[in-house]
Amino acid sequence: MKAHALPVVHAPPPDDAGLRLDPVLARRWLINFLRDEMVNRRGKKVAIVGVSGGIDSAVVAYLCAEALGAANVYGIRMPYRTSSPQSFEHGGLVIEQTKIHDIVVDISDAVDGYLRYEPKASPNRQGNVMARQRMIVLFDQSAKFDGLPVGTGNKSERLLGYFTWHADDSPPINPIGDLFKTQVWQLARHLGVPSVIVEKPATADLIRGQTDEGDLGISYPRADSILNRLLLGYREEEIIASGFTPPEVRLVVGRVNSTHWKRHLPTTAMVSTTAINEFYLRPVDY
Amino acid sequence: MKRPSKHGAANERAARRRPATAGTKRLKTTNGVSRRQSARSARARDARPATTQRQTVSLALVQFAPRKGDVRANFERIEQVFAALRHDKEGFPAVVVFPEASLSGYFVEGGVAEVALPAATVSQRLNRAASAALGASHEPFDVVLGFYEDDRGKLYNSALYATLGSTPALRHVHRKLFLPTYGVFDEERFVSRGRTIEAFDTRHGRVAILICEDACHAVSVTIAALRGAQIVYIPSASPGRGLEDVEPANVRMWRDIMRVAAAEHGIFMVYAGLVGFEGGKGFTGASRLMGPFGDLRVEAPFDGAAIVRTTISLADVNIARAALPALGDLESNLSEITAMFDKEVANRPSGAPSSRTRP
Repeated sequence: MKAHALPVVHAPPPDDAGLRLDPVLARRWLINFLRDEMVNRRGKKVAIVGVSGGIDSAVVAYLCAEALGAANVYGIRMPYRTSSPQSFEHGGLVIEQTKIHDIVVDISDAVDGYLRYEPKASPNRQGNVMARQRMIVLFDQSAKFDGLPVGTGNKSERLLGYFTWHADDSPPINPIGDLFKTQVWQLARHLGVPSVIVEKPATADLIRGQTDEGDLGISYPRADSILNRLLLGYREEEIIASGFTPPEVRLVVGRVNSTHWKRHLPTTAMVSTTAINEFYLRPVDY
Repeated sequence: MKRPSKHGAANERAARRRPATAGTKRLKTTNGVSRRQSARSARARDARPATTQRQTVSLALVQFAPRKGDVRANFERIEQVFAALRHDKEGFPAVVVFPEASLSGYFVEGGVAEVALPAATVSQRLNRAASAALGASHEPFDVVLGFYEDDRGKLYNSALYATLGSTPALRHVHRKLFLPTYGVFDEERFVSRGRTIEAFDTRHGRVAILICEDACHAVSVTIAALRGAQIVYIPSASPGRGLEDVEPANVRMWRDIMRVAAAEHGIFMVYAGLVGFEGGKGFTGASRLMGPFGDLRVEAPFDGAAIVRTTISLADVNIARAALPALGDLESNLSEITAMFDKEVANRPSGAPSSRTRP
């Protein structure tokens, strides 16, 4: 037999295994998580979700409605006077589709009440004030309804540090915090989140005309692929060799490395042999 | 309580004839004399032929979510399991298998010292739970259960094998050797390593216990099989990860590991897993029985509490080992294999870097 007559079997090119997601399994997993962590472990049956009109909070609202029943979920829309009316409408669409409670709290007065003392605050500072004000509302609403605020931050923005510290990241539980943005898209389509929400450009809507990808300087699919490889342990040169440009790899690596602090509790000066979370170690559910 | 007669070994029948209350009194006694007497009678029983080739063993694999850090509540849960099994249509099992860290939950960090108990205490409290659920004169049955062990201040991730009934006996304690200390795991920071893998005789076959990662290493199963084990019990706590396919990747991995190890050694592998979430980490139960042909006999869903019932015939071990004599082949090559291990150990400089380099 001639050598060239042998059938050759080609291995498929390696894909982003860490980014693949079975949405049916993910839905089941995250619904179990919500029921177990909220109801069984913490004895809370009511979820408070800030519904922004974006895809992340939409996915969380859908999951909470399925896990706890729509009657036990409060969707809180918190527009500021400069917020996009489209975001407000899309939030309403999520609430209508999931049949969860609809509560609107306009944060303009609260935010402006503070910003009167800081008229020169930059757009970023203003955005942070809005984000933190929204958390004040969510935690207070959770006290009102004996519920628990549920987080809506995804893994991509957590890794890139693209969130307001002690705001977006503050709810005690978060079902999508270990899902990259591209995985949230997959799950959203499976859950039936309206396509007008899934397909629009992601935005924090803290500044007019703002988009996530515009702020970050890279698309989510490319950022997620780089992040995935980085977390698996590949070095920068190996990531570049797999089809990314040096600037985009450096951009992502730089953002991750400069924001580790945002993914931790405040740094405490250790002075004893019983320092909390250093020597005295107990898990969150102990 | 009814029980299929096929599970009754001669020594079990003898135990049944004893006055039921005598054993109960002995259990309540906490002085060393009673425990020694109990141990002597257990050794006497173990000296008898442990099994016949046609012996069957009725099993119950329990997967549940312990109440975190609440040992008392978890003994109550175990009592409820015993009570529920009393009414099962298959009759009460010969061996009930619980997961790793069943008395406390798995991720307890520095809380280990607060939830750890001496093995003898766990055995006694299990017997008390059995008496409460089934009545003081219940027929004897065996239990495999994972727990954090306190041995005079030394802490271990352990699992015991005990006989509960009128003549209770703590037959064996296995201490986990392979302590996962990477990524989400941090065991070696909080507990000490066990040092041995033993096989031991029971009324229901010669068995060994491996805890979770112990069983991921084929060499552990090999040692158990070489020491004569027909059944390996695996209390486990496996946090689910990898949602890219129809089931979590770790469930698939465990099934594959068990299939290969069971077939290679012609051994039953019995896996009982924790379920429920602990601080965002969801355990995958998927409690299963893998037959000695590498044949998956039964498997529970990966989520939700469940009790798996099944009955095995120990004769299958002999048939499997005759059909695929891999264990025999290994024994034939054992001296060469161990020489290779010895050489590998001797060639390693002390303080050689770990193979863990990144991330």
